[in-house]
Amino acid sequence: MRMTGADAILRSLEAEGVEVMFGIPGGAILPLYDAIARGTTVRHVLARHEQGAGHMAEGYARASGRVGVALATSGPGATNLVTPIADAWMDSTPLVCITGQVRRHLIGTDAFQECDITGITIPIVKHSWLVQDVDELPHILKAAFHVAQTGRSGPVLVDVPRDVQEAELDFSYPDEVNLPGWKPPRRGHPRQIAAAAEAVAAAERPILYVGGGTLNAHATDELRAVAEAARIPVVTTLMAKSAFPESHELFAGHPGMHGPKWSNWALNKADVIVACGSRFDDRVTGKVSAFAPGATVVHLDVDAAEISKIRHADVPVVGPLKPVLAELAELLAKQTKPGRTDGWLAQIAEWREQFPLRYGEGGDMLKPQKVLEALQALTAGRDDVVWTTGVGQHQMWAMQYLECDRPRTFITSGGLGTMGYGIPAAVGAKAARPDATVVCVDGDGCFQMTQQELATAVLEQLPIVVVIVNNGYLGMVRQWQDMFFEERFSQIHLTHQLPDYAALGRAYGALGLTVDSEDQLEEALAEALASGRTAVVDCRVDPREHCFPMIPAGAAALDVLEYDPDHDSEALAL
Amino acid sequence: MRHTIAVLLENKPGALTRVTSMFARRGYNIESLAVGPTERHDVSRITLRVDAEEHSLEQIEKQMHKLVNVLRVQELVPGEAIERELALLKVSAPPSARAELMALGEVFGAKIADLGPDSIVFELVGSAEDVDSFEELVRPHGLQELVRTGRIGLARARSGSGRSRPKVLV
Repeated sequence: MRMTGADAILRSLEAEGVEVMFGIPGGAILPLYDAIARGTTVRHVLARHEQGAGHMAEGYARASGRVGVALATSGPGATNLVTPIADAWMDSTPLVCITGQVRRHLIGTDAFQECDITGITIPIVKHSWLVQDVDELPHILKAAFHVAQTGRSGPVLVDVPRDVQEAELDFSYPDEVNLPGWKPPRRGHPRQIAAAAEAVAAAERPILYVGGGTLNAHATDELRAVAEAARIPVVTTLMAKSAFPESHELFAGHPGMHGPKWSNWALNKADVIVACGSRFDDRVTGKVSAFAPGATVVHLDVDAAEISKIRHADVPVVGPLKPVLAELAELLAKQTKPGRTDGWLAQIAEWREQFPLRYGEGGDMLKPQKVLEALQALTAGRDDVVWTTGVGQHQMWAMQYLECDRPRTFITSGGLGTMGYGIPAAVGAKAARPDATVVCVDGDGCFQMTQQELATAVLEQLPIVVVIVNNGYLGMVRQWQDMFFEERFSQIHLTHQLPDYAALGRAYGALGLTVDSEDQLEEALAEALASGRTAVVDCRVDPREHCFPMIPAGAAALDVLEYDPDHDSEALAL
Repeated sequence: MRHTIAVLLENKPGALTRVTSMFARRGYNIESLAVGPTERHDVSRITLRVDAEEHSLEQIEKQMHKLVNVLRVQELVPGEAIERELALLKVSAPPSARAELMALGEVFGAKIADLGPDSIVFELVGSAEDVDSFEELVRPHGLQELVRTGRIGLARARSGSGRSRPKVLV
């Protein structure tokens, strides 16, 4: 059918089954937005900042397991997408970003709103295309969606000059991609899977060290089958939170810098570690040379480059996790001796008793951990709650105190650690799960980086509940300055009361509530959760509270620092 | 340890940049790089020389394999590959030194590509080590300018197509 490039983009998105796209129009992408006005089955959500659009697409992708789509114009529109693209790159979130570009004859002339976005993003995309010929557009979009979601998923970018959007072509959407250089593995090698099963079946203290790749691979059922087949305890990284039910008897918590001590001990004292879509990130391992000394490593990953990148893999298995785990579970069911791990599970349970999460109980101010405990209590047993977070102390408390039993219910920025991720990611998650209550646990610093997307939430009728763990500071920075820079506090005081977050929420048409003390907490949170509206709950908490446990950067994971009730909290401007 | 890597990649805009950017980003140093067409019009070949430990080399090759435009990566193992380099050297050559320089060139099989009143331009094709040696020998005479293409290489006719990587991925 004869149509313009802009229409061809929309027909391609429709052919890919895209439900929703997030974006902001501008000069170089006007023809595409004109085509949107003429009609498409894809819902467009108008963000207030392109970074918001990108994080919304990410939140959508993580909540739905599908590809997120973000649109932006050239120049500043495109550069505003750089942070979400980098975020998606680090966390392997499938994303297709479509940017407008100046007309072909203007490329390279420093034209108005021109920038080399394909060049800028080379290190943070799986692949990108600058469309030079309108006839290639359907093939490029087909390839873009294919690359974004096959192998290790991640972001791709398609840059479309304005005159290519306006040019005409005979449109037909291809059935197949022609990418001779893109050959992600289709299955794991049976001999390696057998070797993995053998190592696990012989282990006395095995552990599944599960990363976000397991969620990206839609392999959570298969993961559970493996864990149950050989009764292996499971730790999930921050990115894998919700990949394994946290109420399950085999769940062993979260490893890493702010994971519970018992979880870190379980991982570091194991004799066989089955890394499953995880990448031995420094936030998990601590000092690499001291990580899990002596353990045999079985590493399952779709990305061969992760094998032995940080820690040598004794048994590497390269392949998509869904079939690999399914085959592994089958072998383990035959090979495992019943009761082999009972002693190990009892040991972990003992550590769990011995090292609970602890925090300060004294003082007049609301403790930040109480906010998370209250949220957990109010939502316990519900299977229709999706959490998002910003980055910092509140994020780590959310990881520690919220229990997630269903996949894709905890959405956070792990690898890049993007402050401000929470609110737009929540809007995107709500678009993916309109039935769910989507709650963004945010920090006061994070909130101020992307609060403008509250307008999107309200006007697009994608209501989210934003709970601000407001300690008036850039709290994690404060913690590091306190612990590692001799309490020299530098440029971290935001104040509890400016802005007045509840009033700001109301200015955006949301419900706005302020919580100053513990006795107001439950009522306010319950009201916000039940409101069905976008809500901002400003919980003003004690800034002196540090996030513990903590493995200091570069320290051995076994040397976890715990909350010390005798630690003298310094005087602070409140 | 130094390694020579041959990369076949699709002849697409930006493909070379993606390869070199990956090296820069991951902190690997490229010692020399030569790129040009192949027997297929839609495929280019890069010959890269890198200084890397075995572990890093494996990483480099795996990371390169992930690039969508990269079709094949192979290490050219010494002894199993032919490696050549072309160099042009402009050497000061007053009449008194000419005979000696020309004799040196003859030993290395260097051609005289150009001859001026005060200088000679030698053209030398050989192994990178040959080029190094010749360079050292003519340097005392006054090496005015030097350009080298960087190595190019092919697996030997008798040894198949070189060592394909990564081996660990069985």
